[in-house]
Amino acid sequence: MKLSRFTRAGSAAAVGVLALTLAACSSSTDSGGGADGASSDSTEDLTGTLAGAGASSQEKAVAGWIAGFGDIAPGVTVSYDAVGSGGGREQFLSGATQFAGSDAALKEDELATATDRCFGGEAIEVPLYISPIAVIYNLPGVDTEHLQLSPETLAKIFNREITTWNDPAIAAENEGVELPATAIIPVNRSDESGTTENFTEYLEAASNGAWPHEASGDWPLSGGQSGQGTQGVVDTVTGAEGAIGYADASRAGDLGTVAIKVGEEYVPFSPEAAAKVVDASPRAADATDKRLVVEIDRTTTEAGAYPLVLISYSIACDTYDKAEDAENVKAYLTYVASEEGQARAAEPSVAGSAPISDALRTEVQAALDSITVTS
Amino acid sequence: MTATDLTPTTPAAPDGPGSLHLVPTQRRLPRWAPWAFAAGGVLVAAGILAVAGNPTVAGVLGLGAVLYAVGLTVTSRFVEGARWATDRLATTLVTFAFLLALIPLGSLLWIVVTRGAKLFGATFLSTDMVGVYGDMTSGGIWHAIVGTLLITGAATVISVPIGLLTAIYLVEYGRGALARWITFLVDVMTGIPSIVAGLFAFALFTLIFGPAYRAGIMGAVALSLLMTPVVIRSVEEMLRLVPNELREASLALGVPKWLTIVKVVLRTSIAGIVTGVMLSIARVIGETAPLLLTVGLITQVNWDLFDGRMATLPVFAYRQYEQGGVGIDRAWAAALTLILIVMLLNLIARLVSRLFSPKTAR
Amino acid sequence: MAVTSPPSTRAGLGSEPTVSATKGGLAGRLFAGLSTGAGILILLVLAAVAVFLVIEAWPALTASPEELQEISWFKADSLLAYIGPLVFGTLLASILALAIAVPVSVGIALFISHYAPRRLAQGLGYLIDLLAAIPSVVYGLWGALWLLPILNPFFTWLSGTLGFVPLFEGYQAPAKNIMSASIVLAVMILPIITAVSREVFLQTPVLHEEASLALGATRWEMVRMAVLPFGRSGVISASMLGLGRALGETMAVLMVISPGFLYSLFLLKPGQQQTIAANIASKFPEASGLAVSTLIATGLALFVITFVVNMIARWIIARRKDFSGAN
Repeated sequence: MKLSRFTRAGSAAAVGVLALTLAACSSSTDSGGGADGASSDSTEDLTGTLAGAGASSQEKAVAGWIAGFGDIAPGVTVSYDAVGSGGGREQFLSGATQFAGSDAALKEDELATATDRCFGGEAIEVPLYISPIAVIYNLPGVDTEHLQLSPETLAKIFNREITTWNDPAIAAENEGVELPATAIIPVNRSDESGTTENFTEYLEAASNGAWPHEASGDWPLSGGQSGQGTQGVVDTVTGAEGAIGYADASRAGDLGTVAIKVGEEYVPFSPEAAAKVVDASPRAADATDKRLVVEIDRTTTEAGAYPLVLISYSIACDTYDKAEDAENVKAYLTYVASEEGQARAAEPSVAGSAPISDALRTEVQAALDSITVTS
Repeated sequence: MTATDLTPTTPAAPDGPGSLHLVPTQRRLPRWAPWAFAAGGVLVAAGILAVAGNPTVAGVLGLGAVLYAVGLTVTSRFVEGARWATDRLATTLVTFAFLLALIPLGSLLWIVVTRGAKLFGATFLSTDMVGVYGDMTSGGIWHAIVGTLLITGAATVISVPIGLLTAIYLVEYGRGALARWITFLVDVMTGIPSIVAGLFAFALFTLIFGPAYRAGIMGAVALSLLMTPVVIRSVEEMLRLVPNELREASLALGVPKWLTIVKVVLRTSIAGIVTGVMLSIARVIGETAPLLLTVGLITQVNWDLFDGRMATLPVFAYRQYEQGGVGIDRAWAAALTLILIVMLLNLIARLVSRLFSPKTAR
Repeated sequence: MAVTSPPSTRAGLGSEPTVSATKGGLAGRLFAGLSTGAGILILLVLAAVAVFLVIEAWPALTASPEELQEISWFKADSLLAYIGPLVFGTLLASILALAIAVPVSVGIALFISHYAPRRLAQGLGYLIDLLAAIPSVVYGLWGALWLLPILNPFFTWLSGTLGFVPLFEGYQAPAKNIMSASIVLAVMILPIITAVSREVFLQTPVLHEEASLALGATRWEMVRMAVLPFGRSGVISASMLGLGRALGETMAVLMVISPGFLYSLFLLKPGQQQTIAANIASKFPEASGLAVSTLIATGLALFVITFVVNMIARWIIARRKDFSGAN
């Protein structure tokens, strides 16, 4: 029963610092191993972990890529946290991840941070995930494959100026289709998203002023139905007859999808039509050889192009401080950009995305080849 | 607390309390009256709705319940008098409250079991998600089960000692301003939104270990922040219910205060404490938002609580739901697993509390 | 800390059993010290969370409205004008949920403790505890995929019949409105309120109950006069636990509501209200810089709400203390 005073005080204090000691027990150990040699041809003997985070739009495609990359580089553990584009860019810039997926290119102030993060190098941004956005609707009684709508009509529908499905404006574009008098319930994304940004950008650019709002990742109107995330929108549209919304095309499921008016014809979404518009679009003003940022031409009149697309970039560094990171990132993104990787994501069951063209692949590969280690 | 010296009077006994009344013979409704009214209510409701046009099961039962409550109360008012009518109404409402709670419970379990059963099975439980993509139905949640158990376990190890000791302090030692403040702040702590707890853990750990640090322990700390106040509140409530006479008797026998607390107070309330701890585990084991921020998601097992991302069942379920398609089936199966785990924990807790708690009247 | 070291002479004499009995002895002091330490740790942790919230929210608190408006989703005139409707929505959803859950919970607790056949009671209690075991994501899934379609005809009927009451005006399918969110929240907080209330009701002194029955009271009169007064403070603190959960619940609200940022009492209209927690979860992934600070500032507001709510609850309990049977 005779404890020294010291022990007593020590035990009493022990509780007080419990949380701290628990925290201190751990220490992040960075395995410094890995091949120093720069033989990037064989991916078989690459090892280590590769962490990425970012846009949820890419998530399904990334799952396919990780599985495919696992076949050719079994030693590398790739993870992808679909925290959202902003979160992905932030984690990448803070050094928490080696690559990011983002529906938007890096902003000006982020580019400055990127230089520090990339050990004095430059950020690489490559458009490796191109996905059509479908305008989905829930009208069980309407028996046409695709309802046909012009950007003007779409803008008026989503701006709540056209409120019933048998409105003359809709009827005029869909001759021979019997439209019900059901009220239109427009559904938007409630969270900030690249899908919303691309959709509003399209409405703003293509609707000849029928869309009075600015393009934004956050839906400009309030007081209507909305859903959290792509699945939230799909669920909400499924939940009410007469609802119309927009979502990643691969998620449209059994819902009807709109053929949008491009030039003089109506084009339903398809990977080919989406790829077409990307090739026809110019680069952004501040794009470089390493930052292949595309300015999508929403008003294109090219036959068979579907300008309502979302481009999600893969963001990486051209310089890493560890050989392991540099090699793994290069090998992984090279696989993603490869014909095989793009074809895998394009499978309807995976992500239904549009494969990038060979011309774009050459440019992407040149950018990826510049990835090196700090000397 | 012994009820044996008095012959228990069943309050609903037709002529028990009635004999005390001034009125020589108290008129009561027969025992089968409630059942008759229930059947009548449903039938009349079905009739009314059939005439009105659309009899749905929910509509018939809802209207039937209203008719039953009104009919029985009014009849009782005239036959038995106001006091018994009130009693019948109270019985009706209390029973309805219980039945009402069975609707969400029943539908939840039914939907989780039926939709979860699609993928649930030994393979689903024992494999991870490495190499699974697209509409492949293979893959499983072993990695997420491991992650959830490790993280929740760590959170419990942090919260229960702190929570238990704080509750003991508040009930047995705490006097004055400090105790009042702690009680108050524990209440405030119950209101910390889970996502803020996640942000806090995230900031704390990234501050110490750098921005790239991700580990299960971050999630555990966030969860323990949510769990501790629940433990404190429920343990405190249980300790306060231990009659002071027991404490005084023990102290009068010369037993030191701390031994009184450990051997008498905690022993008496152990069943309640275990229930409280179990509820608090249930409260956090399904927590999604803080884990989404701190531990993220991976596709394979990570046994190291202190290094690297981890998969957890709630995050897995939410992410799979967001992916749609097969993912929704996986989400339900993961939810089913989560519920089964908690039920298992609950069973264990009940066993433990039955073994340890002293025999009482109830 | 509160541990005072004993005089060295006494410690040198060794501890007789009598000393340890009266003073508590070494182990007693250790135990008291540990308990106090745990209590103080709670204070420190909470202080750390509060300080962290203020530090992280500071950029938003000091930013000008023009700077804030550069955030894509920030459409209010000032930070206060942004937080205000969120606070309103959070309180509305939580209070509605509490209004639904507390009477039902007390009913269930009474049913289990005093109405159901004793042999059934324990099993029934277990059944309700099961609800507490269901994770919030599942409530979200259940709410979004099962409850909303069920509520649709009911809300259509409600809006059609009582539509002249502004509260129920303007329903639009699917049932993604604050009423649905409150119902899901109510179901979520039901088990925790029920569990605590039930335990408290079961602790009612049997003598009180039997005394009132012996006086000829009906079962309800016994419950009203013996059980409810005894359990009142327990029920109130159980409700506070429930309210705490309702205020901070994220995923379930996120999945069943069509959010809006208005001071609106339309319970069935979509896109009217939003809760703070769901808003943070919805906006956080895409946020960076000042936007994160703004969201954390809303989190700070939630923190303040819990403070105020608890102060009110404390006041109510203190006022009612005299009637409570608990020591």
